[in-house]
Amino acid sequence: MTWINAVVQGLLLGGLYALFACGLSLLFGVMRIINLAHGDLAVLGAFLVWTISTSAHVSPFWALLLALPVMLAVGYLLQRTVLSRSLRGGPLTPLLTTFGLGIVIQNALLQVYSPDVRSLGGAAGVLSTGSWRLSAQLSISYIGVLTLATAVVVLGGLQLTLQRTSFGREMRATAQDPDTAALVGVPASAVYARATAIAVGIATIAGTFLAIHSTFDAASGPLQLLFAFEAVVIGGLGSLWGTLTGGIVLGIAQTIGATFDPQYSILAGHLVFLAILASPRGRSILTRSSR
Amino acid sequence: MTLLQVDDLVAYHGLLQAVRGVSFSVEEGTILALVGANGAGKSTMLRTIAGAHHAAGGRVSFAGADVTHVPAHRRVRHGIALVPEGRKLFADLTVEENLLVAGRRARPGPWRLDTVLESFPMLQPLLNRRAASLSGGQQQATAIARAVMANPRLLIVDEVSLGLSPLAVDTVYECLAVLRAAGTTLILVEQDLQRALSVADHVLCVLEGRVALSSATAAVTREQVTAAYFGLHTPQIAAPQADLTRSEQP
Repeated sequence: MTWINAVVQGLLLGGLYALFACGLSLLFGVMRIINLAHGDLAVLGAFLVWTISTSAHVSPFWALLLALPVMLAVGYLLQRTVLSRSLRGGPLTPLLTTFGLGIVIQNALLQVYSPDVRSLGGAAGVLSTGSWRLSAQLSISYIGVLTLATAVVVLGGLQLTLQRTSFGREMRATAQDPDTAALVGVPASAVYARATAIAVGIATIAGTFLAIHSTFDAASGPLQLLFAFEAVVIGGLGSLWGTLTGGIVLGIAQTIGATFDPQYSILAGHLVFLAILASPRGRSILTRSSR
Repeated sequence: MTLLQVDDLVAYHGLLQAVRGVSFSVEEGTILALVGANGAGKSTMLRTIAGAHHAAGGRVSFAGADVTHVPAHRRVRHGIALVPEGRKLFADLTVEENLLVAGRRARPGPWRLDTVLESFPMLQPLLNRRAASLSGGQQQATAIARAVMANPRLLIVDEVSLGLSPLAVDTVYECLAVLRAAGTTLILVEQDLQRALSVADHVLCVLEGRVALSSATAAVTREQVTAAYFGLHTPQIAAPQADLTRSEQP
């Protein structure tokens, strides 16, 4: 039963990682950049939700609804002002730019919010602590199920948007060939800006669920970026449903590792990531991403 | 009415000056055949006219408006559409999706998905096929149809028949005949001189980035175009400002 519990908890944890990885995967798929500030943007969103929730005394979910438009605008402006320029500088420039942006966000958050650890668990009430107890050794948390369900809805919604809407078609066309997309009237910069807005919006949702699940502080971003990156690579760069699979595989690896010893939790996730990276599948991913 | 006016256009391909002060004009409703050897600067010139390539000098006017520094996606709204060399379809999108992408931001006009499919019936059974799975002729027909979805006033087709079977070339020219009948102005890059001279109203031969010959097709022989093509006899290099509507036999 311990193993079943580990798998179930890993599955639920995978939902959170998939949410974090979704925006990263989207930006890589559309713009071919790895946003190293992704985790910090998620934490920035979490701080914004925390600020709204504590100052207005509302549920984190209501606060998230208020924070989302702000973070969508942040993403849009980020692409229009910073990323669009760095994209013109070749493939390495966006890496350096987003790395620097992450440091700026971390230090700004440190300055404004101090290094204190915070959580939205209390504000979420019974949702963050309640669970369905199926047996003495197996329980399923409300927030875990909600997180996984949110990940499925977000990824499914994004997949439907990409496949069924004119905006999605433009995004896929631009992802394949931005120069030719311009020749049929599609401005790549506008498509990129909307993709970045969506990615930052989803990162905010992920940051909020992280804040309800556990604690966060100004320096939480890089670790979340690492998990997101691992989930994206495990699932296949640029593949949305692969991202969900990657998040779940990473989550299950971590919880199974934790059943041996809590200190093996994160290590087990890294080992699965490295094993996949060393496999033929990992080599093909690296070859594709380096093109 | 002059639809496209190009004055002293200069463009670079990397460090190479590929287009060297080219001037010409195209009247609305006519077909211009652009010929020249590989590396003559045809594609760079056309991409510069369509906005996909930066103009280092000169001026491109379309329907009286200066579009020299207008980005490619806005030139589509002005009515300039380019079918690039190699077709450049969105390989992972279906034929229908390729057409719909181009139709979303199209300028107002008669061409919609249904009217395009009426005029390009060979695409009807291919709508759900991925563009990557099409034959060369099917890809070229799809690329032309995709450009038409933007309701262009000027359609530029780079390398109309390159790499296509004779049957596929016939199919593509049937598509172009439909567009001509609809009054669309066309610029065609065609290596088949016989074909180019038979369909076009005017011919412009480019040699090493300059206009080597510009004339009404009725006023020029195939031998004269061939001579200009290979630089054997280039009477208009010294006077490349030729206006196609007033051009004379070289």
